Amino acid sequence: MSQVGLFKQEVQIPPQGEPVLELKDLYVSFHTYAGEVKALNGINLTLYKGEVVGLVGESGCGKSVTAAAVVGLLPENGGVKSGQILFEGVDLLRKSRKEVRNLRSTKIAMVFQDPMTFLNPVLTIGEQLREVFNTDKRRLAQAALEYDLAQLREQEAKATDDAQREEIRSRIIHLESRRGNPPTPRRGHKRKVLDSLAIDALNKMRVPDAPRIIKEFPHELSGGMRQRVMISMAIARDPVLLIADEITTALDVTIQAQILELLKILRKEFNSTILIITHDLGVVADLCDRVAVMYAGDVVEVADAESLYAKPLHPYTQGLLRAVPMLTAAPTMLESIAGSVPDLIYPPPACRFNPRCPYVFDLCRQKKPELIEVEKGHLTACHLYTEGGKRQSHS
Amino acid sequence: MNNVSFEIPRGGTFGLVGESGSGKTTVGRCILRLIEPTSGQVVVNGVDITKLKRKQMTPYRRMMQIIFQDPYASLDPRQTIKGALIEAIRASGGKLPATEAFARAKRLIELVGLNEDHLYRFPHEFSGGQRQRIAVARALATNAEFLILDEPTSFLDVSVQAQVLNLLKNIQQEFKLTYLFISHNLSVIAHMSDRVGVMYLGKMMEVADTQTIYSRPKHPYTHALMEAIPVPDPAARRQRAILTGEVPGVVHLPSGCVFHDRCKYATQKCRDEIPVLEAKETGHDVACFYANDLNLQPLTLYKMA
Repeated sequence: MSQVGLFKQEVQIPPQGEPVLELKDLYVSFHTYAGEVKALNGINLTLYKGEVVGLVGESGCGKSVTAAAVVGLLPENGGVKSGQILFEGVDLLRKSRKEVRNLRSTKIAMVFQDPMTFLNPVLTIGEQLREVFNTDKRRLAQAALEYDLAQLREQEAKATDDAQREEIRSRIIHLESRRGNPPTPRRGHKRKVLDSLAIDALNKMRVPDAPRIIKEFPHELSGGMRQRVMISMAIARDPVLLIADEITTALDVTIQAQILELLKILRKEFNSTILIITHDLGVVADLCDRVAVMYAGDVVEVADAESLYAKPLHPYTQGLLRAVPMLTAAPTMLESIAGSVPDLIYPPPACRFNPRCPYVFDLCRQKKPELIEVEKGHLTACHLYTEGGKRQSHS
Repeated sequence: MNNVSFEIPRGGTFGLVGESGSGKTTVGRCILRLIEPTSGQVVVNGVDITKLKRKQMTPYRRMMQIIFQDPYASLDPRQTIKGALIEAIRASGGKLPATEAFARAKRLIELVGLNEDHLYRFPHEFSGGQRQRIAVARALATNAEFLILDEPTSFLDVSVQAQVLNLLKNIQQEFKLTYLFISHNLSVIAHMSDRVGVMYLGKMMEVADTQTIYSRPKHPYTHALMEAIPVPDPAARRQRAILTGEVPGVVHLPSGCVFHDRCKYATQKCRDEIPVLEAKETGHDVACFYANDLNLQPLTLYKMA
């Protein structure tokens, strides 16, 4: 029990400070031969600094599209129809391609489900990591200076006669004076510094034997190791926002546990905001402060993790939670949600969940429900909780 | 796969769980002789089927059916569902008049929650969940008594997975079917099985009743595996003992106990000798020298209904 108590404290919800990312009435569509796929249907979501938010839903609900829209990586046939994506208060949709690209390499980072698609198969891990660090000239120069200092200090400790020690000492003093304005590293020297940065980054991800790993190619690593490499690349430049899209889906359960543990350490050490996209309600429960549930292109419920699992408000969330097989000695049947996910070319009118909803009534087919705050910090988009609704709160 | 033994009573469900490369699928295929075992026996109703000739296997092939993981790969894209079902019905029922075969196909498709219209469609017109329903109907078409379910729901979303699991439970009761349920998903296995076997690197590590294995596992690997399950309940957040390292390759197996290099209790004996799967308690088989001495902490994940 005491262990649980301790742990609870660690994952306490950070004070809701300034918003890092705000999605406002975001509509995204894809154009296909069959018609216009209305993938995001005006979603609203806010991520605050330092929190871990889970975005859950079944395949095709739009969770990955949301992420792609944020990082500006929607496919050619898709685009944002209307709405805003505010990152640190600035609308990303008003920025040029180049500016968004620049942001992607510095402040917003993303890790995907299948690392093999995103690692270059013909370059070693070291080459790919060095490339990331090489983009930040200032930090590289800083690292080179620190690297030199460490080596000089080592030499100083080993030095035998006073004259030699004196000379090393003066070089140390000279370098320390350049700390605020580090010199550009020499060419041959850069490689060593970059390697040490790469090894450091891998060590942070608890990669065993990092000096060997940087000489290996992606195919020589296991799935879990590749994912660690991807994460270390993503956080190499201390992003403000890290988006993790189904990063543990392809992994075995014991390796998944290792990666989840790593993410918990990450959030403590780096204090970045993390958006976890997953279909696994277990992963969300384990990791997230707040959860947003998506269905057919709508955010239908947003709440802190405890409330969402203890008292889901939206009928879809309720059904989803009941459909998960729990570890119980239950000869009983699982409850499933009748029907299947709608075709987003011809989505149901008004509330997109209405054809499958057990509580459906007339209003649900006439008007799209807004995301409203039903209890403190607990939002849902469902007419059951609006004025025309049958109940204010559903137990 | 190496030295795997277990029994399934008629009408029961045996869950086989393990990480990728543990050999659980190979076990399923060996039972059907889709892969010939190098040595050992597969005894069905008292007969060792590994010694049977091709012709003699036929009745057993009818009796035992397999449902695969990928519903998109297990149906012929150019055959209607009607064709697929009638082919299976004919294969087992001999010369049936067309009307009778069709009537059976109709009964089967309704049994799995679809309707007659679906018989005239092609596989590409169905969703993943519907395809798995069709796979179930086809398996039942041969009057199968024993189904091997190889990750039948791992391609499906949670809400659809629930529908398929319910269907499988219903038809099991209705037709007194026996299941071998293979999955990497520990929650699904817990929901479906009476008895569970845990595999690691081709070896059976532990076999026990579902409740026993989820609450009082005796093998350190099983214990670590159960601890790694992310439970969909934030109230159950816990500091977990994380299993370090990764599954070694199956080509160069570790000496002695295959788990020793990741096991925190390993001794010299574990590195040198291979533990055999033996009963450490009634109905609880464990392949570990120290199964009764470790006193692994009981797990509280598993709740009685």
